[in-house]
Amino acid sequence: MTEDSRKLTLSVRFLARYAELVGTESATVTLSSPASVSDVLGVLRSTFPGARRLPDRPLCALNLSQVDLATPVAEGDELALLPPVAGG
Amino acid sequence: MKSGYLTEREIDLELLIERVESADRGAVVTFLGTVRNHHEGREVERLEYSAYGPMAELECERIRAEAEQRWGAAVALEHRIGALGIGDVSVAIAAAAPHRDEAFAACRHVIEQLKRRVPIWKREHFADGTVAWVDPTTELKIED
Repeated sequence: MTEDSRKLTLSVRFLARYAELVGTESATVTLSSPASVSDVLGVLRSTFPGARRLPDRPLCALNLSQVDLATPVAEGDELALLPPVAGG
Repeated sequence: MKSGYLTEREIDLELLIERVESADRGAVVTFLGTVRNHHEGREVERLEYSAYGPMAELECERIRAEAEQRWGAAVALEHRIGALGIGDVSVAIAAAAPHRDEAFAACRHVIEQLKRRVPIWKREHFADGTVAWVDPTTELKIED
């Protein structure tokens, strides 16, 4: 990384069963910009051994709306990893 | 009619009905979801609901707005969070419209979309002492 390479920091929430899998309910991730949801998952898998047990394509919400893995992330975003929902 | 879709307190259906009924709405359809005492053949003793609160509130509001826009229905709904016992009401919906077709359709839309989109999860405590998160994507689909 050179001095001027751009970085972005975002917060990650692990919900319900995923918090148990990963061993934490939240994390802060810093990675090179530009980056996608998929890139964040990559960082999580290399940081948290439990995160390797997440599905390949978990349901993700960025700033409270569902997104796909190719969606770009920005500084200050909140990415949430959601197990299949089971309300009602 | 918005805000506070999630609650840790007992749900009062009468209050939901009061929020949607009016002189020009001749039909009110309600739905109650209650905690079942069995799941895939195993005896359930109680369960816990948890949510991704801010997103669950937003999704409920989006779903309510869809019902209003599509059927002209006024909808009130609440979902319970926390520990519930068998028979407790976990979700309640009241949908009011000028006529019954619209009220039924709006109520049905809200419960079906809620189950698909609102980030709420439940963990079942079985009679044998085990605890498991419910995962609808891995369950056998048995008509009951």
